[in-house]
Amino acid sequence: MKKKFNFTKATPWLSAIGLFVLWELIVRIFNIPPYVLPTPSESIIVGWQFHEAIWMHAVHTLYTTLAGFAIAVVFGVVLGALVGSSRAIYDAANPLLVGFNSVPKVALVPVLVMWFGIGTVPAIITAFLISFFPIVVNVATGLATLEPELRDVLRSLGATRRDILVKVGFPRAMPYFFASLKVAITLAFVGSVISETVASNVGVGYLMLSASSKFNMPLVFAGLLVIAVMGIAMYEIFNVIERRSTKWANRGNQNT
Amino acid sequence: MSKSFVELNNVRLRYSEGDELALETTNMKIGKGEFIAVVGPSGCGKSSLLKLVSGLMPPSEGNVIVDNKEVSGPLKIVGMAFQNPTLLPWRTTLDNVLLPMEIVKPHRNRLRKHRAEYEERARKLLASVGLQGHEDKYPWELSGGMQQRASLCRSLIHEPDLLMLDEPFGALDAFTREELWDILQNLWMVRPFTVILVTHDLREAAYLADTIYVMSKRPGKILVARDNTLPRPRDQETTFTQPFTDLVHELRSHIRDVRES
Repeated sequence: MKKKFNFTKATPWLSAIGLFVLWELIVRIFNIPPYVLPTPSESIIVGWQFHEAIWMHAVHTLYTTLAGFAIAVVFGVVLGALVGSSRAIYDAANPLLVGFNSVPKVALVPVLVMWFGIGTVPAIITAFLISFFPIVVNVATGLATLEPELRDVLRSLGATRRDILVKVGFPRAMPYFFASLKVAITLAFVGSVISETVASNVGVGYLMLSASSKFNMPLVFAGLLVIAVMGIAMYEIFNVIERRSTKWANRGNQNT
Repeated sequence: MSKSFVELNNVRLRYSEGDELALETTNMKIGKGEFIAVVGPSGCGKSSLLKLVSGLMPPSEGNVIVDNKEVSGPLKIVGMAFQNPTLLPWRTTLDNVLLPMEIVKPHRNRLRKHRAEYEERARKLLASVGLQGHEDKYPWELSGGMQQRASLCRSLIHEPDLLMLDEPFGALDAFTREELWDILQNLWMVRPFTVILVTHDLREAAYLADTIYVMSKRPGKILVARDNTLPRPRDQETTFTQPFTDLVHELRSHIRDVRES
């Protein structure tokens, strides 16, 4: 039993290592030139050579992403609460939200650059725009799916709309909210890196763009790896927060 | 039962303008502390009756009077329990039972200062339905019957004058159900509140109610109001006596007529 448990815990690491080994083997066996696809070992070595620059750019991207994400959380919760607690607002806002979400955000970056200039601001806004949608949808869903019987119980006690929202709506929406944060944080990375790639002179996105213009593919891939690692780390942080704060919603998984 | 506590005067109900009637002209008088049961085929508007009396739904015609006042909005003092216990999964049993105290005035303003006193009250109530020792468990750690007991406690903790039960024991197994009949009867005999019980279990109605109303198919209409004078407290033995089985037979034949009409 004990051995099996350890194996389960090790699987995420094993799968990652397996992917790298496979990648390394494919590149070596088919003799793919590094300017097409570098090996992971090469990327890691180059990444280490440039670690100071990468660190600086990565920290910048992280801040940009977190800033956009923070705005998305505030905006998403407020809008989600409005949309989820009123049928009329839901009907009014839903088509707009879906339409807006369908717009490729990369197409908006030039517009943002026109308004705010090149640099951090459009990157923050892109991260925000791309990541608020899942938060709105999840918070609204959590609030809107309140059992009608429970609403009746509370209303017949004299509960106001606010009472129902505070006592039942928000706690009930918490698992939905935290689930959306995990999705939103990874999307926020996508947003900020897109914007950095198109219009910035700092950040991992910019680093990759300038590296590729110099045909330094290992450095491009080092940048990709750094983004992936940051994404995984942030996802995991919110995963832990989710499990700690909404234990009651995960009760089914405790025995498995 | 000299004076009525709940009165329905020529009440009719449509869910929306132009719809056919959900509830045909209904008149009812329920005395203070009376335990009534409403039985009828499914979809006959039994649950709508509860919503009308508790003010969650306004009548399309006629009026509803509770405690000498015409009902114009949610009543604020009603206890409710449904087939689904609807306990909040993030709260312990004790905190679930205390939920009404966080909403009903004047308790909501006193709760924080007098927490211990209220907890004591909730514990007593839970003990009276056989849930002592389970106060700190979460709802999913309780069986269906225990959840329903907790739900009953939640509907009674604020000592409402009016209790609405919408098939509260419908999802339970037969033994648990009959156990809960006794629990409910005991609670009611200790402190008589007015109860409207909606059910499709005729034995349940015969066991618990003072008056049993039989409703017709949609549009719902009260066809029979049958007094039930079986002596209290009723128990397991009562259900095997001739008067009890006669009553159930009589109700059954009413329902049969309704379904065939």
